[in-house]
Amino acid sequence: MIRVLLPHHLRTLAGVEGEVALDAQERPTQRTVLDALEASYPALRGTIRDYGTAKRRDFIRFFACGQDVTHDSPDDPLPDEVASGAAPFRVVGAMAGG
Amino acid sequence: MSKVRLLVGTRKGAFVLTSDGTRDDWNVEGPLFAGWEMYHLNGSPVDPDRLYASQSTGWHGQIVQRSDDGGKNWETVGNEFTYDGVPGTHQWYDGTQHPWEFARIWHLEPSLTDADTVYAGVEDAALFKSVDAGQTWHELSGLRDHRTGPQWQPGAGGLCLHSILIDPEDPQRMFVAISAAGAFRTVDGGETWEPINKGLRSGELPDEDREVGHCVHRIAMNPSRPNTLFMQKHWHVMRSDDGGDSWQKVSGNLPSDFGFPIAVHPHEPDTVYVVPIKSDSEHVPPDGKLRVYRSKTGGNEWEALTDGLPQEHCYVNVLRDAMSVDRLDPGGIYFGTTGGQVYASADDGDSWTAIVRDLPAVLSVEAQTLS
Repeated sequence: MIRVLLPHHLRTLAGVEGEVALDAQERPTQRTVLDALEASYPALRGTIRDYGTAKRRDFIRFFACGQDVTHDSPDDPLPDEVASGAAPFRVVGAMAGG
Repeated sequence: MSKVRLLVGTRKGAFVLTSDGTRDDWNVEGPLFAGWEMYHLNGSPVDPDRLYASQSTGWHGQIVQRSDDGGKNWETVGNEFTYDGVPGTHQWYDGTQHPWEFARIWHLEPSLTDADTVYAGVEDAALFKSVDAGQTWHELSGLRDHRTGPQWQPGAGGLCLHSILIDPEDPQRMFVAISAAGAFRTVDGGETWEPINKGLRSGELPDEDREVGHCVHRIAMNPSRPNTLFMQKHWHVMRSDDGGDSWQKVSGNLPSDFGFPIAVHPHEPDTVYVVPIKSDSEHVPPDGKLRVYRSKTGGNEWEALTDGLPQEHCYVNVLRDAMSVDRLDPGGIYFGTTGGQVYASADDGDSWTAIVRDLPAVLSVEAQTLS
């Protein structure tokens, strides 16, 4: 199982409370996790990554095991703790605005 | 008995305000989509319980919501807005060319004849259309691809397509306005467009007869007279009686002819409403007095409407999509402010009451008349 923790607005949009559980993946990456997330919750399409380019939206960051992995390659493997479900993959809205 | 439903978009959510035809007592529901910027909500004239809403934040981009039961329940629909072909560039603030980039929907305009068809005016300026109740969108790219597109320049609020008017006598004929490009007209359902800006004068443009580049803030029409258009421009209130072929200034005795919204009375096509603000650099009412100005002569001769509106220490603004009219008689006129008030008049504007006073800054108000 892959655990994903979403920011408040995206939980509301997806209609979920708490963490999202996705099927386990053999070698999860940012791309495969987000692909699976969007497939399970189509309302999230375009809210984390742009349509077409799949580029991360500017005010979104990704964390895993307390590390900021935002600028890692989207195809880099995520830590083993995320792959095993021991730790969540966190999607975070940057602190900005009012 | 008739009812009125106001769809109010704010910086931090949406609100639905309802009243019976007396418009004396109002029920306020919300916030819906709390925390999100709700640029615009609008209902289908064919099925008034079919509502569309533009929901966005800088973090998560654009969402479109649809309700099929008058706003009780909502579902997310399509939010993929991809420009047709290679988007190209438009003029940036510094005069250089800048790529077209989708930012948000400013205005949703449902079809007059089909509840599943809806138009979206977006930033960077383009017009999109959905024929499946918002599930998918395609661009009517003849507008953005107009030969003048590279000369379009954003206003202070962005390069936004904010006004969409559909001719009720010929739905293939539509008018749109873009800040700061100008007004455009199509007669073939949006395939091709022509600028309709003759007669507009913008002091900041060295060429007074320039075809585009005018900062039109809002256009409006009365459905019974679709050849007569009214415009609140950056400066100047304008009128056209030939479907936009030419424009005449009708600012007359207004204390300032800078403003954002403009609306036409539901039954009197020569009765027009504006809310003047001081200037381009001071977006506040002149003298701290919130006054709606009404002309019953199609412009030039204006009277201040003050009954029920604050006449001292008032420094709110009324944004371009934040004024609307119902279809009842006497006509109901409504507007929302950046201070969070929504004011209503049930007597053609003679007197006003604040329905609510402390909402987040109001971005848009749409009035629906329900039977």
